[in-house]
Amino acid sequence: MLSAESLAKIDRELAKYPADQARSAVMGALRIALTERREKGATPEERCLNSEVIEFVANYIGIAPVAAYEVATFYNMYDMKPVGKHKITVCTNLPCALRGGMNAAEYIGKKLGIHLGETTADGKFTLLEGECMGACGDAPVLLVNNHSMCSFMTPEAIDKKLAELE
Amino acid sequence: MAIFVKGVIFEGVDTTAPDCWHIDAYMARGGYQALKKILDNKMPQEDVIAEVKNSGLRGRGGAGFPTGLKWSFMPRSFPGDKYVVCNTDEGEPGTFKDRDILLYNPHALIEGMIIAGYAMGCKAGYNYIHGEIFEAYELFEAALDEARKAGFLGQNILGTDFSFDLFAHHGYGAYICGEETALLESLEGKKGQPRFKPPFPASFGLYGKPTTINNTESFASVPFIIRDGGQKFLEAGKPNNGGTKLFSISGHVNRPGNYEIPLGTPFATLLEMAGGMKDGKKLKAVIPGGSSAPVLPGEVMMELTMDYDSIAKAGSMLGSGAVIVMNEDVCMVKALERLAYFYHEESCGQCTPCREGTGWLYKVIHRIANGEGREGDLELLESVGNNMAGRTICALADAAVFPVRSFTKHFRHEFEHLIEHKKSLVDHKWC
Repeated sequence: MLSAESLAKIDRELAKYPADQARSAVMGALRIALTERREKGATPEERCLNSEVIEFVANYIGIAPVAAYEVATFYNMYDMKPVGKHKITVCTNLPCALRGGMNAAEYIGKKLGIHLGETTADGKFTLLEGECMGACGDAPVLLVNNHSMCSFMTPEAIDKKLAELE
Repeated sequence: MAIFVKGVIFEGVDTTAPDCWHIDAYMARGGYQALKKILDNKMPQEDVIAEVKNSGLRGRGGAGFPTGLKWSFMPRSFPGDKYVVCNTDEGEPGTFKDRDILLYNPHALIEGMIIAGYAMGCKAGYNYIHGEIFEAYELFEAALDEARKAGFLGQNILGTDFSFDLFAHHGYGAYICGEETALLESLEGKKGQPRFKPPFPASFGLYGKPTTINNTESFASVPFIIRDGGQKFLEAGKPNNGGTKLFSISGHVNRPGNYEIPLGTPFATLLEMAGGMKDGKKLKAVIPGGSSAPVLPGEVMMELTMDYDSIAKAGSMLGSGAVIVMNEDVCMVKALERLAYFYHEESCGQCTPCREGTGWLYKVIHRIANGEGREGDLELLESVGNNMAGRTICALADAAVFPVRSFTKHFRHEFEHLIEHKKSLVDHKWC
């Protein structure tokens, strides 16, 4: 279900914790599984986690599937719903709002023709509202596909970024 | 991000140089000398802790608890495993200092954690990193590899009988994991829901073993304290408020960013360093210590100095040093609505007063902000808040209530006007 490369990465996570505490590796393991699905998935449904993948990860690290499912549903960066090829999360919390976070969210929504929480019809972009990313000094801030933070996202910078995300 | 003024942690760090985070650059700045000093002199554990106590270092994550005292709570003679854990789960709106430590000076944190491990007899450490700053997590892992290769981590460090290893663990989108016991749950691979205290982590922490948890900035201050002495660190700040402190300034200033300045610096000076108010607008309000800290009117703030005691006396908290600046164009009801939404989203759901109460607070503030407020709504907010604060396992409920109480206290007329006239007293503009 996961590539040899992803499994090797999960093994490296497991090595960080005492042998009898493999459960600690579940956060990293689910992230690795999600990243592989995001990169390989052809449709929004194939880019998120589902119970089969979660069960596979749980069995691989040797914990109960429900324990992994609990984690996948508690932390909001694990995509449990179908997601576009590029997931764009905009911070709209107070410090970001004071420097254009709300405007950035509105601008992207208009440009893509979707509201917050929606995916474009071609499955290319999902736009979400995020909570504090710990980068308020760089506002407006976007997080692309969970791992790439984009700073000072003025309308011009947004145009450029969206053009890059093909 | 940028660090505009440098103190204890960033002194000599050229943040514009892409290789400033590497171990070679760190060692050229005097890095790992503190660790060598301890190991070469076989410095007794008590002496290391005493030096940290002398420095007056207070926890930089928000609570301001004396770090040396916290370290002394660890049962050093406990025979089993013990852990040292760093809290880099920086997700309090307004706070963005620890990310810069990971990006520009990660070895200061690594050295500080190794010293902490030595002082408290721990076998391993974990740095729990906010999931949203994944690039900083990856860079920190690369820095750990460098330290391991150089012999500062692992078995028999620098040929002594001291062994210690350190690993990075990431969160994945849960503000609550910044609460130390939720962080431990998350590190154990569970939902991040806070534990009852007592027992405190010093007796029952990670995997049920004695554990000490400190903030990134606290650990990163330790190499300086050991190398140059606690007294020198203390003198960099003011009595009972030792050292320089990173202040993250956001909002309506000309130069948002990090400023590492002596504790006790007047707020007016800090505002000036940050280039003053954007577009020359009038200062209206400041949240001096992250979103959970009570808001203060601008004119009150202009009289204060940036240290734990001065801000506490004015009825707020220095917290993590996150200073959110708002100008005259901000409708305080709308500002509070943003914060209330955050706490509603981030309540972990474990305790009913918080799970339900944060939703109530948000709904009532939302309807006031939208001109649908009802008579009695301010009393309702107060009543909901009173049924939350102090009635839950952790302080998230209190953190959600503090802004509500302080916004409705200092800017009550704006809330009353909106309820009565269905429109804001302020021609609101975010920026």
